[in-house]
Amino acid sequence: MEIRKGIAVSPGIAIAKPMLIDSKDYRIPRRSILPSQRSDEILRLRKAFSTAISELEGIGSAEEIKESKIQDIFAVHMRFLRDRSFRKRIKDFISKELVTAEYAVSTILREIASHFAGIDDPYISERAADIYDIEKRLLVRLLGKRQEEVDYLREEVVILSSDLTPTQTAGFNKTFVRGFATERGGRTSHTAIVARSMGIPAVVALGDMSSEVPPECVVIIDGNRGVVVIDPDEETLKQYDRYAQQMSQFVSELDELRELPAETRDGVRIQLMGNIEFPDEAQIVLDKGGAGIGLYRTEFLYLYGGQEPAEEDHYSAYAETIRAMDGRPVVIRTMDLGADKLPHSGWHVTEANPVLGLRSIRYCLQALPLFKTQLRAILRASVLGDVRVMFPLITNLQELRQAKMILRDVMEDLDESAVPYNAEMPVGIMIETPSSALTANLLANESAFFSIGTNDLIQYTLAVDRANEHVSTLFSAADPAVLRLMRGVIQDAHKAKIDLSVCGEAASDPEFIMPLLGMGVRTMSLAPPMIPEVKKIIRSVTIEECNRLSRKIATMDSHRQIQNFLRDAATRILPETF
Amino acid sequence: MPEQTYEIEIEIRNPEGLHMRPAMQFVDLANSFESDISVGHQDVNADAKSIMQMTMLAATCGTRLKITAVGSDANHAIEALRDLVDNKFMDDPDLAVGEKEG
Repeated sequence: MEIRKGIAVSPGIAIAKPMLIDSKDYRIPRRSILPSQRSDEILRLRKAFSTAISELEGIGSAEEIKESKIQDIFAVHMRFLRDRSFRKRIKDFISKELVTAEYAVSTILREIASHFAGIDDPYISERAADIYDIEKRLLVRLLGKRQEEVDYLREEVVILSSDLTPTQTAGFNKTFVRGFATERGGRTSHTAIVARSMGIPAVVALGDMSSEVPPECVVIIDGNRGVVVIDPDEETLKQYDRYAQQMSQFVSELDELRELPAETRDGVRIQLMGNIEFPDEAQIVLDKGGAGIGLYRTEFLYLYGGQEPAEEDHYSAYAETIRAMDGRPVVIRTMDLGADKLPHSGWHVTEANPVLGLRSIRYCLQALPLFKTQLRAILRASVLGDVRVMFPLITNLQELRQAKMILRDVMEDLDESAVPYNAEMPVGIMIETPSSALTANLLANESAFFSIGTNDLIQYTLAVDRANEHVSTLFSAADPAVLRLMRGVIQDAHKAKIDLSVCGEAASDPEFIMPLLGMGVRTMSLAPPMIPEVKKIIRSVTIEECNRLSRKIATMDSHRQIQNFLRDAATRILPETF
Repeated sequence: MPEQTYEIEIEIRNPEGLHMRPAMQFVDLANSFESDISVGHQDVNADAKSIMQMTMLAATCGTRLKITAVGSDANHAIEALRDLVDNKFMDDPDLAVGEKEG
């Protein structure tokens, strides 16, 4: 049994046989052919092209591909495959060099891809990815690695892959695909979007796992907690079977909870909000009984679409979300990507240490036009509801002041053109670095609210990359160092009388709800599917017992001890959830 | 029909250049004519009917391209391509390719 932790990007539980899809680089050895074999190789090439074309035709006409971005990708691929001069270039290479069709395809397409990749224009260098996708499609045909395996599935499977490309996912027979787990990718990766639209669980960023999947095993994908269990032992499997069953039972049971307040047994109201990425998730937050959106991630705007998002792209996404929330709070977090992740930034910096590099608010403060475009859209949208803006990765007061100054600049611009906005829009920050946690008392003077981002706070405090399997066991919200920082931030926020919420994964970990309440947290923002379960926990406890528990763990000296203690406590409170 | 040769110089002015969708529109339009159409940029000449060659030209915003058409409908081809580059790219950036194909 192997348990892997990744990032949950689409909720639900899937238990099925794994289907491994190799989308890693094919390395094609140079194989010579005899002059007499030329025509055979060229025939193989032609067949590969025509199959690839009919495959694409099938996919392109599929009902579910409505996203115009993906349509464009298919349309470009199709034109390449039909391009005579493109095909001729490969054919000529076979004839002249006397090599196999697959070697010719690989060589020529890589030549073209590296030509694109080498051009100093993000729109064009991006094309390299399309060429690799076409290469893969042709090679699958030529090498006999059959994508049809997925097309002609006859039993339910979960798909395991290094990463999935749009054309791969679109070709799946969706009836039998129960979930996705990928080694790479992030919240906004293509896999995430497809999984959500299909309503099946997905976990991404799991790290290398292909070597650990024995044949004939079962894989569990837990899209609620971001866990994948490969070849589970009997007990785990039973547990998850039960969990999956309970889930469906729970869902109907929890539906009844929707209208009930998130209130402890001793009558303390807790605000449960949702973390979202896409406007259409606002409805899920409402369906799950969320009181608002505590974290609206905006990175997808920068990652999708062939260009830097225009003000209108921002505005229409925000407006849709805010209108859906109908007066409930919506906290929009400004761009939180590294310069290295921005396809259109024109920054071709290679950083030795990207998580400590030019990213997030630091990048925004240097890329003013990009930052101002987003702020302008947020301000314009601020009149549509209860909108709040939040700056990520603040490490000191100067950064906060600078960001607020730019916000004021944008407000003045809007004044000049008489565009309405909410001048009183609350401006808050993420507390996700040790430096901001330790100076929270100073930052609180100039922030309307704090939101503790536990994932980054843990990473930066413990100096642990949770995607690195060799050290990931050190990554824990229950570490005494992390808890001490959080306690300090919560106290500073209370002293300054500003709002405080917790928006990291800890807020959706059932075991972590009691300590959060005990430390004084009254607002949490979490993955929407987890809202009902967390609400149920809240409704089962008293603040008094949470306080006791919090005081107790403050005396403990290791994250293991604390974790075990929290698990026991949670199991006592709500045995059916664990 | 007599062979004609027409030639114009155009400038790519839409911000994303001859990228994805614009390149497809350009190649699709070129393919609707009989004439041989080539597009020159610096020392490179590309076949306007080949998406590979056209995208490899790497025509970004501001690039000047020389379009040459030889054939019976060269005149129309040049006019149509000029109209596409000068007007349609800018006017209709969101023209959905999928819709066009039906």
